[in-house]
Amino acid sequence: MTGSPAAHDISIVLAGEAGQGIQTIEQLLTAILQLAGFHIHATKEYMSRVRGGTNSTSIRVASRPVQAPLQRIDLLIPLDEKVIPHLRYRLTEETIIVGDREVVGDLSRLRHVPLRQLAREIGNEMYANTMALGLILGLLAVEAQVMEQYLASRFAGKGEEVVANNLQAARLGHDRGYALRESGEIRFPEIMRHDNAKEIMVNGSEAIAMGAIAGGCQCITSYPMTPGTGVITFMAQHQHDFGLLVEQAEDEIAAINMALGAWYAGARAMVTTSGGGFALMTEGISLAGMLETPVVIHLGQRPGPATGLPTRTEQGDLELALYAGHGEFPRIILAPESLPGAFALSRQAFDLADRYQVPVIILTDQYLVDTYYNTAAFVLDPRQTSRFIVESAEDYQRYRLTPDGISPRAIPGRGLGLVGVDSDEHDEAGHITEDLELRVKMVDKRLHKLEKIKEALLPAGLAGPGDYRAIVVSWGSVNPIVREALAQLGVNDVAQIAIQQVYPLPADLGHYLAAADKTIIVENNATAQLGHLIQRETGHGFHQAILKYNGLPFTVEELVDDLQKCLPAS
Amino acid sequence: MDFDMGKIDIAWCPGCGNFGILTALKRTLAELQIRPRDLVLVSGIGQAAKTPHYVKANFFNGLHGRALPPATLIKAVNPELTVIVTSGDGDMYGEGGNHFIHAIRRNPDITVIVHNNMVYGLTKGQASPTSQPGFVTPLQVDGVFEEPFNPLAVAVALNASFVARTSIHDLELTRRIFARAIRHKGFALVDTFTPCVSFNKVNTRHWYQEHTYVLDDNYDPRDRTAAWQKAVETGPWPLGVIYTSPPKPSFEENLPVYKTNRQPLIDRKVQWEKLAALIDSRKG
Repeated sequence: MTGSPAAHDISIVLAGEAGQGIQTIEQLLTAILQLAGFHIHATKEYMSRVRGGTNSTSIRVASRPVQAPLQRIDLLIPLDEKVIPHLRYRLTEETIIVGDREVVGDLSRLRHVPLRQLAREIGNEMYANTMALGLILGLLAVEAQVMEQYLASRFAGKGEEVVANNLQAARLGHDRGYALRESGEIRFPEIMRHDNAKEIMVNGSEAIAMGAIAGGCQCITSYPMTPGTGVITFMAQHQHDFGLLVEQAEDEIAAINMALGAWYAGARAMVTTSGGGFALMTEGISLAGMLETPVVIHLGQRPGPATGLPTRTEQGDLELALYAGHGEFPRIILAPESLPGAFALSRQAFDLADRYQVPVIILTDQYLVDTYYNTAAFVLDPRQTSRFIVESAEDYQRYRLTPDGISPRAIPGRGLGLVGVDSDEHDEAGHITEDLELRVKMVDKRLHKLEKIKEALLPAGLAGPGDYRAIVVSWGSVNPIVREALAQLGVNDVAQIAIQQVYPLPADLGHYLAAADKTIIVENNATAQLGHLIQRETGHGFHQAILKYNGLPFTVEELVDDLQKCLPAS
Repeated sequence: MDFDMGKIDIAWCPGCGNFGILTALKRTLAELQIRPRDLVLVSGIGQAAKTPHYVKANFFNGLHGRALPPATLIKAVNPELTVIVTSGDGDMYGEGGNHFIHAIRRNPDITVIVHNNMVYGLTKGQASPTSQPGFVTPLQVDGVFEEPFNPLAVAVALNASFVARTSIHDLELTRRIFARAIRHKGFALVDTFTPCVSFNKVNTRHWYQEHTYVLDDNYDPRDRTAAWQKAVETGPWPLGVIYTSPPKPSFEENLPVYKTNRQPLIDRKVQWEKLAALIDSRKG
């Protein structure tokens, strides 16, 4: 490692009460930083309230692509006085706090900038936020021109006066920031810029929604629940362009049953929810298993039980997703680790559901859906959707017994035959049966699909040295944080398995684990749910678990510390 | 059109009113010349909910209480289909009560036939939401004391587009009302009185005959105030089309996906160019 960690990146945090406009500054700031050519990673933590409390946004500005949050803060912009106690655990000796004494009080470490006073001189205190934005950009030596161009186009619809005042405020802030930098009073390391013409910036919800559209999703039915709502909101906002049927259901039970109706009749549909809503859907998931009607469910996890911490993050619902629904039937659970992963797996989920006629659950969490960073533009090629629906012949039977357990799926009105599906145990035509020999055949048929699914899924993908002594395993959004921590530790005998396909697990997983002297599981929950699943499936018990369940994601520094303690000295 | 399944094993008791409903439904469908392949029968769970198994048509026999959500979306993603829900009083008004309310609000172009026998048959004789006060069962040992659920009054209160009641003792009336309901554009409710010969010894075929009357031709179902009065009338109970709302668009017609394009959703392709443009719009 060369110099301090800050040589590669700057960790900027904006914090204040809900309703103070943090989100607006964040949105403007990240957009301008993107234009300027920095690598950016932004994540937020917020309270379940519309006003008051303390919310914060962490923006990591870096010389290289980053996909993980940091603990330390290099530059803190507090918008009220409660911010300091809220974030004290993230402050270091070097943290620079810049703000307005009039707003945050007489903090000993505060670099005072009279934002409000200056804003009043322009005409309104509300320009203080734009001024803070300019200040940060000045400190980072972002060209004033880049900032002004963006702001001018952004505020264009709001009238000349608003544009002029915002530009003036931003420029004043920028001048201050730049002066502080030039005088050497506040000097951050130089962050390299890059050509980002082919990159986009989206958050996790948007990546899931775009992936769904690419996967042929035509219909989303859901009941609002944080943090699952972002997906349906995005799709609602683009429904006219893409011809999407978007319906807010009366409850999650209706939502999943609607989606099953849509799939039965020939559309591709999804639902999005969080743990509590998913719990209500469990009978519908069982129905999907019995009807062999495909369905895609996005489950954005937040800490439970019950209402838990509504706006925070956790990986606490793996077992819920795995065991949801009475009876025995196959399912697929995917847990994307990144924005490109969210796009790709969300797209793939629709083909998997359709091909195997099973429920596919996409497990994300609040951290992933709210996080955004610059990433290569999602690739759409091949621009086609696999079609698994057949035209029915006159003697069509929905549940025809086949060697691989997959019965060709027809839809009503498309063909000469009739399509019957039934939640009771049924015969090949879909009619209720109590023929117990047929029951066994139907169970075997449904379960056989899991074997076919296993054959088609990806290998575990071990990263790191082949002659490893230790393996660190994690899943979903935790993967990139572990990856960066391991890279920072620079250990040469530790491998990583980053799981995105939670169920069924990759077939070669047990083989890798058995060859390690030490295995460590890292999960954003209290009971190591994936660890238990792996033990059940492979017989391998992890030697150590690193768990976090206070409602926040891991940070790189935390994992560096924790892993250092766990890993054998090389 | 032949909706007959031929010789099949039917799970209803001899003398069950469901046979009458089945007959009336099949005759109506034949009369309306609907093709079996264009018809989807949707049901939940219960004896009434087995009806789709006894009609030659497509069917979706889902979960208890959950017939309306899939029915709504089946119609929405392919409006060319005729969608009919067959359900019992427990399935529709008990377990599925919330969906009943919100399906009426959405107004999908579907027909909902509720076999209302004021008792739970499949689970062997417990009270249903429409059981009358004093009705004694193995579970309600001192008799029902709850206010009975009034589906017609709820539907009129929600300005449902078509609200009717019939009774299976009058097969001809039932057939006529079914036909009107299926032809009607929008949510059509037909609450159908039917005897449970095994578990309801009070509300028998004879009882329905004695305690109902048919609305005469002068009755105007477009008068919502009059409809309200008829909906809450119980002694005797009026039969016929109780209420029709002023014409209004169906759920499908209100959906933005069909505002400028009538092609069923299921026949449409991914808008790749627009998606590429959307992704590109997120470049710096």
